Amino acid sequence: MVGIYSYGVYIPRYRIKVQEIARIWGANADDIMRGLGVFEKSVPDLDEDTATIAVEAARAALRRRTIDTEAVGAIYVGSESHPYAVKPTACTVGEAIGATPNMTAADYEFACKAGTAGIQTCMGLVKSGMIPFGIAIGADVAQGAPGDALEYTAAAGGAAFVIGEGETIAEINQTCSFTTDTPDFWRREGQSYPRHGGRFTGDPGYFKHVQGAARLMFERAGTSPKDYDYAVFHQPNAKFPQRVAKLLGFTDEQIKPGLVVPRLGNTYSGASMIGLAATLDVAKPGDRIFVTSFGSGAGSDAFDITVTDVIESEAFNRAAAPTVEQLLANPTYLDYALYAKHKGKIVMQR
Amino acid sequence: MRDVAVIGIGCTEFGEHWSTSFRDLFVKAGTLALEDAGISGEEIDALYVGNMSAGRFVEQEHIGALIADYAGLATKNIPSTRVEAACASGGLAFRQAVIAVASGMEDVVVAAGVEKMTDVGTGASVDMLASAADREWEGFVGATFPGLYAMIANDYMHRYPLTREQLAMVAVKNHENGARNPIAQFKNRITVDTVLSSSLVADPLRLFDCSPITDGAAAVVVVPLERAHEFTDSPVKVLASAQASDTIALHDRRDISTLDATVAAGKRAFAQAKLTPKDIDMLEVHDCFTIAEICAIEDLGFCKKGEAGRLTEEGATALGGEIPVNTSGGLKACGHPVGATGIKQICEVVTQLRGEAGARQVDAEIGMAHNVGGTGATVVVHILGA
Repeated sequence: MVGIYSYGVYIPRYRIKVQEIARIWGANADDIMRGLGVFEKSVPDLDEDTATIAVEAARAALRRRTIDTEAVGAIYVGSESHPYAVKPTACTVGEAIGATPNMTAADYEFACKAGTAGIQTCMGLVKSGMIPFGIAIGADVAQGAPGDALEYTAAAGGAAFVIGEGETIAEINQTCSFTTDTPDFWRREGQSYPRHGGRFTGDPGYFKHVQGAARLMFERAGTSPKDYDYAVFHQPNAKFPQRVAKLLGFTDEQIKPGLVVPRLGNTYSGASMIGLAATLDVAKPGDRIFVTSFGSGAGSDAFDITVTDVIESEAFNRAAAPTVEQLLANPTYLDYALYAKHKGKIVMQR
Repeated sequence: MRDVAVIGIGCTEFGEHWSTSFRDLFVKAGTLALEDAGISGEEIDALYVGNMSAGRFVEQEHIGALIADYAGLATKNIPSTRVEAACASGGLAFRQAVIAVASGMEDVVVAAGVEKMTDVGTGASVDMLASAADREWEGFVGATFPGLYAMIANDYMHRYPLTREQLAMVAVKNHENGARNPIAQFKNRITVDTVLSSSLVADPLRLFDCSPITDGAAAVVVVPLERAHEFTDSPVKVLASAQASDTIALHDRRDISTLDATVAAGKRAFAQAKLTPKDIDMLEVHDCFTIAEICAIEDLGFCKKGEAGRLTEEGATALGGEIPVNTSGGLKACGHPVGATGIKQICEVVTQLRGEAGARQVDAEIGMAHNVGGTGATVVVHILGA
């Protein structure tokens, strides 16, 4: 069966606290933290972008498992913040891990779910026998305009999943998607920051699509929430995944390992994939994991995953790359001025 | 002048109707009202629709013709008129319908109100609502409606014995009523602490002191009282219809804690109906902010200035109290689609007088509706009797 052969995550070491951002805008940090359930977010270093994050995540995945990179036949990088509008991030990743030139590559964009769309593409190519391995990456240095609600959560990070067949650490039993044309969040060509429809991003956006994909999966897999050990949802804040989990019938315990947003922020294309990685960090053979991503515009991809014995075998070395928990530990905090510099918000005179 | 009766009412659910258009909201409310009245569209002689700002909320003007068209009445060529008086548009549309029937010009008239507010973002919505105040002297210098009502609240609390907790109790009571109203936007019960710990909007008003942004529509059918029994066994009589105006800007008022237009419209309504506040069994007032309900109860003459906070704390305005106020949940909990609110108030009074209010039913034979435009530059008051 097609599944996850290895996975890796990268999160920059820098953080900014919600209090610090609120201080700049004269907002009430307690209200914001209570409303979002987010307390701090990751910030890229001056020389980090979606390409470097994608490369780091891919390298972490390859450290955990020896894979002949020449057998990697496809790389897809999903992001809202590809460094180039024209010139693929996926090629940079391919070159950096030694997978070029006998491979296909492309960059994906579907707001926060482009990475899971990459997983689905790799699954198709592997299952059809076109490629032995594919790598799907979701990574972002997320954009949020200064002073906008998004600024409190827009974070940096990414996760890479090597998709293959046979000795997988987790089998992907099924995947399905729920997609409509819904303008809840967008960024037009040439604009620096995304715009959003405020409360419209909630019920008609996130909740409709996440529930749509989740219920479609329950129907197709013949499962219900109690059949899963863990559940992971896209996490633009902590409140949305908590609420949708409850609406679907999952418990707080089931979503706990994968709910990384309170200390990480929203890594957009990386968000649900880092949540899955954090869950795989603690999962045991036989555990069943339910994953639903969400991308504005709008759509959700659902996955029904079963962890195999391989995750604890010699073939896979989970400790060879840092866990999400380790990546979240011991951060370096920035004040808003350094944050502005790191995010390129200070325009230098040339 | 002929006596006028309400023979049919209809109201959409109030809330965020993301997938329902402006015209569909109206059609839904209108259909419910016609079904309730047991009449067909063919029998309608005229339409009045209250709407504050479709031009800016959904970029559609010419609302009178639009609703007649989508009501399926285009080929009947009936007169259809849009009425605008900011948040009092609905109450004023009802008054126009009452006048049309009372005068003998028309027989079967539909008064409706509709507003679709969620097609724009919150910032745009706040700015559009600010156009109900004086744009040159208030809006352009940064005054928003929460800001203006906060000034009223500060002045009021400086001069009269109203505590912050009593103000919160207005919202607590209205959420309790909303929880019993199937069409209410908010059906959650809250506590004083919920209000006091919510985000500060404009000191002293917090998030839970403020009515929400809402989509919704409501419609009623009025006919001459002498013909009412052709349609229904339980007509509700319009005992008074009064309207008053005042300065558009809050700072030009004689007293910012007393809405003189409410006082004037209230007095006129009581005189018309030959009634006093003691005769009123329930009332719907315009609680766009909690302080507005406090002022309205006093300015309509239900108690002396400075006493409404204590009355609220004592439960006099709750269901089963001496004078139940905002049994629908009010603007705070039922929601506030600005142009529809005045019509929804009439629907609630009629529902109560018919004894059809279910879990929020109060003992009532005479009810009052009080609808305010802006900070009190237009006020419309109606008294209805079973």
